[in-house]
Amino acid sequence: MRKETKWILIVTMLTLLVSLVGCQSQQQPTGPVTIRVFGMDQAAMTPEEMKAIADEFMQKNPDIKVELEFAAYDAMHDKIITAMASTPPSYDVFEVDDPWYAEFVKAGYLVDVSDRITDKMKADVFKTAWDVVTVDGKVYGLPWLLDQKYFFYNKQILQQAGFNEPPKTWEELIDQAKVIKEKGLVEYPIVWSWAQAEAAICDWVTLLYGNGGTFLDKDGKPAFNNEAGVQTLTWMLQTMEDGYTNPASISYLEEDVRNVFSQGKAAFALNWNYMFDLANFNQQESQVTGQVGVALIPVFKKGAEMGVVSSSINGSMGFGVAAKSPNLDAGWKFIEYLTSEDVQLRYSAHMLPMWQTLFQGDNLKKLESASPAAAVMASAFSAQFPYANVRPRAAFYPEGSKALQLALQLALTKQKTPQEALDEAAAKWLELSQK
Amino acid sequence: MKKQETLRQRDIRTAWMLILPSLLIILGITLQPILTTFILSFFETSQGQIVPTEFVGLSHYFNFIKDPIFWATIKRTLYFTFVSVALELVLGLGIAQLINSHPPGWKFLRTSLIIPWAVPTIVNGFMWRWIYNADYGALNGLLLQLGVIKHYVPWLIAPQRAMNLVILADIWHTVPFVALILQAALATIPEELEEAAAVDGATSWQRFVRIRLPLLRPAILVALVIRSVEAFRVFDIIYVTTNGGPAFGTVTISFLTYLETFSYGHIGNGSALSFLISLFTMGLAYIYIRFLYRPEVNP
Amino acid sequence: MRVRRSTRRNIWLFLVTIPVLVFIYAPITWLLISSVSTRAELLSVPIHWIPQNPTLKNYLDILTPGTSTSEVASAFKITLRNSLFIATSVTIISIIIGGIAAYALVRMRFPFSQPLLIGLLGTRMIPEVSLIIPLYILAARLRLLNTPYILILTYLSFALPFAIWLMATFFESIPYELEDAARIDGANWLQIIYRIIVPISTPGIVSTALFVFLTAWDEFFFALIFTNTLAAKTVPVAIAEFSGRYVVDISAMMAGGVLAILPPVLLALVFQRYIVSGLTAGAVKS
Repeated sequence: MRKETKWILIVTMLTLLVSLVGCQSQQQPTGPVTIRVFGMDQAAMTPEEMKAIADEFMQKNPDIKVELEFAAYDAMHDKIITAMASTPPSYDVFEVDDPWYAEFVKAGYLVDVSDRITDKMKADVFKTAWDVVTVDGKVYGLPWLLDQKYFFYNKQILQQAGFNEPPKTWEELIDQAKVIKEKGLVEYPIVWSWAQAEAAICDWVTLLYGNGGTFLDKDGKPAFNNEAGVQTLTWMLQTMEDGYTNPASISYLEEDVRNVFSQGKAAFALNWNYMFDLANFNQQESQVTGQVGVALIPVFKKGAEMGVVSSSINGSMGFGVAAKSPNLDAGWKFIEYLTSEDVQLRYSAHMLPMWQTLFQGDNLKKLESASPAAAVMASAFSAQFPYANVRPRAAFYPEGSKALQLALQLALTKQKTPQEALDEAAAKWLELSQK
Repeated sequence: MKKQETLRQRDIRTAWMLILPSLLIILGITLQPILTTFILSFFETSQGQIVPTEFVGLSHYFNFIKDPIFWATIKRTLYFTFVSVALELVLGLGIAQLINSHPPGWKFLRTSLIIPWAVPTIVNGFMWRWIYNADYGALNGLLLQLGVIKHYVPWLIAPQRAMNLVILADIWHTVPFVALILQAALATIPEELEEAAAVDGATSWQRFVRIRLPLLRPAILVALVIRSVEAFRVFDIIYVTTNGGPAFGTVTISFLTYLETFSYGHIGNGSALSFLISLFTMGLAYIYIRFLYRPEVNP
Repeated sequence: MRVRRSTRRNIWLFLVTIPVLVFIYAPITWLLISSVSTRAELLSVPIHWIPQNPTLKNYLDILTPGTSTSEVASAFKITLRNSLFIATSVTIISIIIGGIAAYALVRMRFPFSQPLLIGLLGTRMIPEVSLIIPLYILAARLRLLNTPYILILTYLSFALPFAIWLMATFFESIPYELEDAARIDGANWLQIIYRIIVPISTPGIVSTALFVFLTAWDEFFFALIFTNTLAAKTVPVAIAEFSGRYVVDISAMMAGGVLAILPPVLLALVFQRYIVSGLTAGAVKS
């Protein structure tokens, strides 16, 4: 008898636990609306600056309370996915990286704000910045942290090799690399971030578009395995075989590229905005301070003949409102404030604005005066950004990208030929797009 | 007879009462998520949501079983598991034995063992990534100065070598666990047993094989089971050191599950994958228990 | 009575000890060096084994609030406290509740005890990455997100099965005669555990405690997803935040690593004598 009661007890307790889990508590908002904003720690504006902006915003909008939360970049994607799984979502407003947009739109995380974009915004914000937040012609937020890859070179090494100008084409770069290597200035003149990660795709897309190629064709089918694509990958492999590309590039991320470049062991590197300040001005971090030059990213001769001036990769982020958020209007209002011309100009110490108009005249001087790095990078940004290519907006992008990363790595480790590897990735891409 | 029976019943009731709190905590937290995951494994889910959209039966499972990438990943995971656990066991047993022989400085050695274990996995990963670096890593620096290599070697660009180096990073972190568990078990072996054998003229190797090893069997079993189950699901260290590269050379089954669930948003697929993993780990555990577990052995 | 050791045996054993110590300390030394070096120095070739300009900046940044540029660093102490609270709670609960369960499972023979012992492992066989989303929703509904309690509960559900297994193993090797003798004297299960099981298997219990503590101390993925603010963030999460979108502050990360090693090592030092050897079966008998 007592044995049975005990079992009943266990079952009851388990049922209780499960039912406790099942019931949902509803809470009606009272008083001012609270919006929870999720952003990235480090890079761009500091949490302190963000807090200051949020305080300004709350003073102007006493009925809205802003709660800020930050996480490291690596955690953001996973945290957003888990947060959006609960109802109401844990965040009303959140920061989205460029390759996540299509995925998040398909998953229904982001609200369509196309109707809320003013004509002034359309006209004055960089066209390539809109590429970031647009999926299938609809806008899902406003651009925030605008970034792209830049071409950096070591002025001193180039001078010692007898070159006064950085290369304009990749062919020219190889000629310079040959001299640099022969003179024994460095062992491997160029270093890349070709590790099995999104970083590899960023370098690859930059090269591909510089060779007159495209990621997808007009019908949205993969085009990266056509002649331009195979040529590009073959060129990458060849530079490694010839000893111009650092062979460790296959295992390197952007940070490794910065380290090697900061060691003075590379003459050329592609990297994001952040590298310039640290490599050129920070003696604690770099052994090549004062030697770093930045120029438009070269293209291939073939690309140049087709009229490609330069080619970079768009690595920007934006802010969007959660579709399931009960506070859509308040969330949007905050994003608008955050990205307004006035706020962006005043808080430009750690982040460049999305407004094209701010890169002219007195405003440009103001941007350049923010830091020694900004003095160079503000104009370098506005020169390069019009050539920033955006990666395909496909919901299955992470999976398609992983297949392409594998293809690049298989070719670079010589397990497959460039043609075979890219064909396989293209087939995978096609299969994913038809699902 | 009657009295015996009731006493036994009371014992059983007490036993359940003692186990109940543990069971409640374990099941209370994991039962619902495990069931959810299990159910989701038979469904297609909307991208990145745990909302089932379409019942697909066992097709997620079959898709994986038909997929060569899945089997290549299983093979790599088994390689990781067997090599790392075997090395851990051999090294751990050796170190445990060494400590128990009380050489000069054994106390220092014992305390030192905690250190690698206490380094957080995430730091461990970054530390080894930095050590292995081709252009500024300590490994290249050291080997060059010792004259072992003439040029800096890009260690992590060959898939198999990258896997072996990840294993080295992992066992550095986990050998102490095995060593300490075995050492604790050795410490509880009555000295009289060995002394008797020594008097009988057994060599120290004979004493080790005939007396200690059988007595250590339960501890070896538990270390093997725990480490294998953990090694088979290895994730963190790979995520940090190689991110699965080069060319998928270090993608293990948990990493694949992570890609499916978090990167690709295929939660149904990820759920099916995790149950396939649990089949493998159960198989591993079964094999160990079958061959090593002897409940009746009691000194 | 101990077998007298010859000096030669000692020398031989010492020679074996050295490579083991090198294996342990070589990476640790590098960890320490990295934590007091600037990046420029870490990047130098040939390597500076002894930093020419050692700096304690990373440690100062972490330990003295206000001096650092990043909020992450000065919050390190709070995360240290969170981690200590979580790991200690998990350890104490696991050892007490799990110890009792382990005792019942191996010493009170009852139907299903074997399958139950093996079944306990079941919860540990499914990868965390699959359980994390359902668990997150569960935690959100229980209003436990961003609290230490959800981490304690989650870690318990993982640590308990292993703790029970470990302790069961140690309890199993205790001769039954001791227990039977106590039973005849009228001792109940609590007295048996307290007077016989615990003293004999102290090394095992302390090792288990160390294992549980370090498991909880080290856990990263759940802590990353379940915590948002300093109310519950743990040390590994704080350390991970030294890695940004592209930048990895390797020196700060290594300094954080060194600091994270200290509490478990200090604990181990305190409990050192219990791990080395427990009372032998003979000692209890007499």
